[in-house]
Amino acid sequence: MKDWLMVRSPGMSFRMDRRLPAIVLALAIASFAAILLNVGHGEYAIAVGDIIKTLFGIDTGNPDHVFVIQTLRLPRTLVAFMVGVALAISGTIFQGLTRNPLADPSIIGINAGASLVAVAVIVLFPSAPVYVLPIAAFTGALLIAILIYGLAWNGGSSPILLILLGIGLSAIAGAFTSLLITFGSINEVSQALVWLAGSVYGRTWEQFFSLLPWVILFVPLAFGLTRHLNILNLGDDIATGLGSQIEWQRGLLVIVAVALAGSSVATAGNIGFVGLIAPHLGRKFIGGNHASLLPVAALLGGFLVVAADFVGKTLVAPIELPCGVITAAIGAPFFLYLLIRNRKR
Amino acid sequence: MKGLTTQNLSLAYDGTTIIQQLTVSIPTGQITALVGANGCGKSTLIKGLARLLKPSDGMVYLDGKSIVQQSTKSVAQQLGLLPQGPTAPEGLTVKDLVAQGRYPYQNWMQQWSDQDEKLVQQALEITNLVELSDRPLDTLSGGQRQRAWIAMALAQDTEILLLDEPTTFLDLAHQIEVLDLLHDLNQQGRTIVMVLHDLNHACRYADCLIVVKNGRIFAVGEPRSIMTEDLVQEVFNLECRIYPDPIANTPMCIPMGNKRTKN
Repeated sequence: MKDWLMVRSPGMSFRMDRRLPAIVLALAIASFAAILLNVGHGEYAIAVGDIIKTLFGIDTGNPDHVFVIQTLRLPRTLVAFMVGVALAISGTIFQGLTRNPLADPSIIGINAGASLVAVAVIVLFPSAPVYVLPIAAFTGALLIAILIYGLAWNGGSSPILLILLGIGLSAIAGAFTSLLITFGSINEVSQALVWLAGSVYGRTWEQFFSLLPWVILFVPLAFGLTRHLNILNLGDDIATGLGSQIEWQRGLLVIVAVALAGSSVATAGNIGFVGLIAPHLGRKFIGGNHASLLPVAALLGGFLVVAADFVGKTLVAPIELPCGVITAAIGAPFFLYLLIRNRKR
Repeated sequence: MKGLTTQNLSLAYDGTTIIQQLTVSIPTGQITALVGANGCGKSTLIKGLARLLKPSDGMVYLDGKSIVQQSTKSVAQQLGLLPQGPTAPEGLTVKDLVAQGRYPYQNWMQQWSDQDEKLVQQALEITNLVELSDRPLDTLSGGQRQRAWIAMALAQDTEILLLDEPTTFLDLAHQIEVLDLLHDLNQQGRTIVMVLHDLNHACRYADCLIVVKNGRIFAVGEPRSIMTEDLVQEVFNLECRIYPDPIANTPMCIPMGNKRTKN
């Protein structure tokens, strides 16, 4: 079988797409370059050599570098990358589970649910520590996921119904979010507004470390579940016929996807469409097998958000556009294109 | 040989009973065709046999043991299923699809054994898909796609194969191609159970017909002994004549229809 790379030793065996290592390496290099570029760019530019030196703790002769890079720009960029990875994996899982090419946590209302509960915490409990936000957002995202499951998942409902339901739930969650903002005190509200825009502006190591455990726990879990995701992607009847315990496997995958979407919303607000674009691009690169698609989509997602942050900083400098605006500017037309193409099927 | 039987099996959808108190034994090593009018419950029955529907009463037995008490993975190693009109995800290649048939044999550590590879290769060869194995499914014709799904079920390496209308949406040439393939598989020792719409195909390819009417068994037996004009009248409410098929000598049903006087 010429297109599979096989790993076999007594007691274990795996296969992967032969193109995977090269594509992953290329994307990792591209992501690293984007991270360097983004760290180098700002109110005043820092040369790539100086960035690398600073990262490795070598003195560049300019004492500002350490502060600007390690305190201001690096956490922000790393948060952007992790958020992109998390959203892309979440979108890939949702698209695979629902067999719906339009599914994305921002479109089916998961992000709106996460935002609502997170804003509620910001406004109602302003003294809550940062690490509470991901937990709150996860709860909100899970509630929306349960609602969607109950209302639209039964009997292979149509892709469009799921999307319409998601838009409806997003609108409801958005209305409650606005309500909270109207009644909140000015201090908390301004904090919530900055955060809601979908931006990594001003993110510090504190946010980085509150997101990190979620990524460390749920990203490997997602990779471990790709075999089951592949089977569920064939539809419930086939999956049952192949011996999958579908309710259990699906439940686990939904929790992973919701946790990744929720924790990234808690960290960077609602950065839309990353979970839509990354899996689609990934399929173009490597095809539909989730064991290969998931790492490719994840790196694409990370790259995308870092690049969006960079574009947002440079497009109308010195004014900064939130990176969520940039991803939406690319993602919304792409969504419409998919919607039109999907209707013709 | 693994036996598949039902005992007083009742199956229901949303509280509406479709199959009522049905007791039947699927002949091992043979091709069995489930036939009957639209909505008679034949597709429901095959779903019940494949444990996609939980019985509301009675039970399905595989190899003498209740099918719901065995682990679903072990059932999947004995009994394969091809549902009606499956749709493949975008971008999936033939080979990737066929490889999914090995799922019931894999675990976290063993995801691609020699045996997995051998059986996938075999399934591709039997279904004549080796040349197309790197093509995405959405670029194939209907007949090729159906062969790919059958190849997936073959890679599952089960003694029993259940198929729900494997020939729907195919043109006549591709219908015969699929039926011939299933006949070959049966010759190699597999038990095949399928829902078929075309009575003439059923009579020619099946060793045993199970005729279903209103959720109950109307008749069971060899096509030659049970296929009569009265049966077609009773089950399909259709007037017809039955002649021997000039090629296979199996019963052939010619409907009367309205244009019978045209000459």
